[in-house]
Amino acid sequence: MSAALPPWAAAVTALLVVAGSLLALVGSIGLLRMKTFYERVHPPTMGTTLGIGLVLVASMVYFTVTQSRPVLHEILVGVFMTMNTPVTYVLLVRAAVHRDALAGVGPAAREPAPPEQAPPEP
Amino acid sequence: MSAALLDTALVASQAIVALAMVLALFRLLAGPHAQDRVLALDTLYVNAMILMLLFGIRSATTLFFEAALVIGVLGFVATVAIAKFLLRGEVIE
Repeated sequence: MSAALPPWAAAVTALLVVAGSLLALVGSIGLLRMKTFYERVHPPTMGTTLGIGLVLVASMVYFTVTQSRPVLHEILVGVFMTMNTPVTYVLLVRAAVHRDALAGVGPAAREPAPPEQAPPEP
Repeated sequence: MSAALLDTALVASQAIVALAMVLALFRLLAGPHAQDRVLALDTLYVNAMILMLLFGIRSATTLFFEAALVIGVLGFVATVAIAKFLLRGEVIE
């Protein structure tokens, strides 16, 4: 099916793959251990950027070496994730701020609301 | 020798990513608010993408790459739709 894998390519692929999956694990541990939602948004970005990026580079190295031609379609997933993760999280945090303001907690509710106008005495 | 090293590393990485998915699943079940659950679901999607890419390297086909791409697109659309729902109360206004 393909050319034999030279040892350096196997070592590089193994290293990148293990590093990427460890970063994804660290992101999930942070997601589980952080206290508030606004802290919890940060750790999964490690998995979405560096974790998936390292696994994509490993995939590129592996298929480029075994197929003896540049295999670069993994860049598509990389560009996709880089563009979409910020959009997703900004929308999600905006929804969380909105819901916290409705519930009366969180950063949006820290400033005191303007005092309500008393209804005029008849 | 090198093939055995790579296979061991791939199996270990798959176990690590599966553990990460289990941790995200805990947050998905335990999350106090709806936004925590959405965040955990997004993390689960990303970890599933990584798992698909690892399956692709391990089986030496680029077939799993399309699966990873589809999972990424579905995860993006699903998370944006749920965030919009949490913000507005309806998805399409």
